[in-house]
Amino acid sequence: MSAPSLHSIVAANKRTDIIVASIGVLVMAIAMILLAGVMIDLLASGWPRLLHGEFYTNFPSRHPERAGILSSIVGTSLVMLVTASIAIPLAVAAGLYLEEYAPRNWFTDLIEINVSNLAGVPSIIYGLLALGLFVHAFGLGETILTAGLVLALLILPVIIVATREAIRSIPLELREAAYGLGADKWQTVRLYVLPAARPGILTGAIVGLARAIGEAAPVITIGALTFIAFLPPSPLQSTPPFINFEWLWSPFTLMPIQMFNWVSRPQEAFHVNAAATGVVLMVMTLIMNGLAIYIRYHLRKLQR
Amino acid sequence: MQTTTKLAMNATPTSQPAVASHSAAQHPAETATLRAEVRNLDFWYGEKQALKAVNLPIHDCKVTALIGPSGCGKSTLLRCFNRMHDLYPGNRYSGEILLQPENQNLIDMDPGLVRLRIGMVFQKPNPFPKSIFENVAAGLRVRGVNNKALVQERVETALKGAAIWDEVKDRLHESAYGLSGGQQQRLCIARALAPQPDILLLDEPTSALDPIATAKIEDLLTELHKRVTIVIVTHNMQQAARISDYTAYMHMGDMVEFGRTEDLFTHPKEQRTNDYITGRFG
Amino acid sequence: MTISSLPASAADYGGASAAFLRRRAFWNRVSGYILALAAATSVLVTVGIVYVLISQSIPFFQHVSLWDFLTDTQWTPVFEDAHFGVMTLVSATVTVAGIALALAIPAGLMLAIYLSEFASPRVRETIKPFLELLEAVPTVVYGFFALLLVTPLLQTFMPNLSGFNLLAPGLVMGIMILPYTASVSEDAMRSVPMGLREAGYALGYSRFRVATHVVIPAALSGITAAFILGMSRAVGETMVVAIAAGQNPRFGFDPTQGASTITAYIVQMTMGDLPHGTVAYQSVFAAGLTLFVITLFFNLLGFYLRRRFREVY
Repeated sequence: MSAPSLHSIVAANKRTDIIVASIGVLVMAIAMILLAGVMIDLLASGWPRLLHGEFYTNFPSRHPERAGILSSIVGTSLVMLVTASIAIPLAVAAGLYLEEYAPRNWFTDLIEINVSNLAGVPSIIYGLLALGLFVHAFGLGETILTAGLVLALLILPVIIVATREAIRSIPLELREAAYGLGADKWQTVRLYVLPAARPGILTGAIVGLARAIGEAAPVITIGALTFIAFLPPSPLQSTPPFINFEWLWSPFTLMPIQMFNWVSRPQEAFHVNAAATGVVLMVMTLIMNGLAIYIRYHLRKLQR
Repeated sequence: MQTTTKLAMNATPTSQPAVASHSAAQHPAETATLRAEVRNLDFWYGEKQALKAVNLPIHDCKVTALIGPSGCGKSTLLRCFNRMHDLYPGNRYSGEILLQPENQNLIDMDPGLVRLRIGMVFQKPNPFPKSIFENVAAGLRVRGVNNKALVQERVETALKGAAIWDEVKDRLHESAYGLSGGQQQRLCIARALAPQPDILLLDEPTSALDPIATAKIEDLLTELHKRVTIVIVTHNMQQAARISDYTAYMHMGDMVEFGRTEDLFTHPKEQRTNDYITGRFG
Repeated sequence: MTISSLPASAADYGGASAAFLRRRAFWNRVSGYILALAAATSVLVTVGIVYVLISQSIPFFQHVSLWDFLTDTQWTPVFEDAHFGVMTLVSATVTVAGIALALAIPAGLMLAIYLSEFASPRVRETIKPFLELLEAVPTVVYGFFALLLVTPLLQTFMPNLSGFNLLAPGLVMGIMILPYTASVSEDAMRSVPMGLREAGYALGYSRFRVATHVVIPAALSGITAAFILGMSRAVGETMVVAIAAGQNPRFGFDPTQGASTITAYIVQMTMGDLPHGTVAYQSVFAAGLTLFVITLFFNLLGFYLRRRFREVY
């Protein structure tokens, strides 16, 4: 007998398949364990600080046991406010243009290639753009405005791509229904296309902002200070016009930068602070991404 | 602008082929009440010619049915009336669709304005993901009609006109997706009626519905045509016979025959029409 | 043709007033221009990046010859005897990216094969969100992980591993780009038509054999694109190396020692008070230009392969 029996071939095939599938599951499991491991490691290292209320209400300090993340929480929130209010309208408008308006010509091609290329530009390069252009050429300085602006540009491609996908998934019938009623292009887009695309756009915006929250590199390069023992002026004031934009010009620090600062110090006590900051950061990004995944999942169910 | 129009042809209405005069000769009185008139209309999808020198009168407050085998150009012709083809690149018209009585060629008009005057109901019910009320009000919003009382009144009239008022009057603010397919289609008819269009186009409006829902829509259309000019595309000859006043038979982009429905179905003048309606073909 | 074509006769537009129609036509036109403007700003970003990098690099290359820049093996921008051999930084960058890919390619491929060919749709739909979460972890957290967990762990069986080294950040970066490479190659594999797979099964192939002999060859350019784009990410990644690889520019490929990568150098220099207009300041942009060119090359190659792959199917 030279040729193996059919039975043995089938059995061997099954064996390889099972082995390969198990390796796949194993890789998957390792990835999951790593995700859990990161969380647990951070939690375990940062635990002592996480339980202290002062950690959230104190400014950074030379004394690790007194140092807190108040200024970086406020800084991150204000920078995200700038980022969201620049990136979302700009990206949605660009996505709408590319999907609904753009004629097929070289200009459209240029924008499309450009957007996909921007998505691959390392974040630190955006930091150099901010340093050379915003800080020095435009004189915006090392401010919340500069940081918000550069992070907005960084996540622009993410939201543009999400917007385009959301618009593309809107059925043709909806558009024809609107046009058939007499709506012109802008009415169709504004009254029907945009509302229908809203969940998809929202998902993209949340994912983009979650990414921006965790980014340190493009903001470090503009020379963001890490020792900020004060808060920016409040955006709200008691006298008219009640809103105040001075905070845009304030120095700031961000949570990832604060964490980077602490992890780079030799004293282990600061590493505890870094871990605790990491936990807060992780919780924020996980919540945001979880929310995005939930919206998308919910959306898919609705569309079925 | 993708449309091209041979303006020279406007000057010679006498060069009309026999198709249209077929009915005009028999019923001369009705030529005075035309709502629209297709004259020598050609249409191309890119390189492919889908309509060849089509002529067709649309009588005021009558139902005109377009029939023919699939791919004959009946839906293409219907979508010329509200310039739906302008939404996609590469489409081209030549010829005229004259709106009466102002004698205005809608192929020359801004497509957005054409669609404000000519309503359309599609094959598949396509309500917006909004409330029943807002669906019907949509056409008014698009026209900048926001007076609350007026909108309320027009919505109610439209829903009554589409014979769906009794079924939805207690849940006007619920989602339109909660309605059955037949109800959704009547809602779409109400939506098209609310802005009081000059002409209402229906593109196989019952093809996605069950027989009972279909019967309701047919009843509705026979009721409606007392007030509205209707052009309907149907793949169903019996339906055309039941509900239309005039029928046009198309084949491969040609307007083969046009006439009063009972004449066309009982005494077709053309062999091709005869073959189709007796089921020998198509 | 817009409002001017309004008929003289009182045609009824369903209650739309002439003023409303004029306003509507105005916004219809203007909105198109505004949206086009928004789309064009994305081009301005690229123009801004290229402008900044080049305008700052020009004075730099007036000080340092391109030849020295590319061949010198020392990078000592703030020393009295300043050297600017960018290959010093590139060698560390390549080492870290190489380690990352050595981990991410096999693991990513296995994961992609599993998800595309073995996992049921339900398993796939459950797993993918977790991969997305893995991708969403802030890079500074990964850096913490590399410096304070992976390096000490590796040191227990590699006693000569330095506290700052290229191995730990390389491995962590491998994990970091794994979800990306896996999901892009999975997309490529899944878009291979079912008919090809069926041909394999009809020959009596096992699933694994179908994967390796049918799906992977068919999806090869898409998979290659995934790894090239992953490579680009590894080269441009900043915080992991800035935290765990050390800040000592050193030419060589020894992963057990610390060395400064391009990105780590940029962070290190811009963090301090860097006097605007000095050669050291300009060297940051020259390093940035180098990084930009490298990643641009990988990105364009990756996009090209991906597009070619998409055209086939």
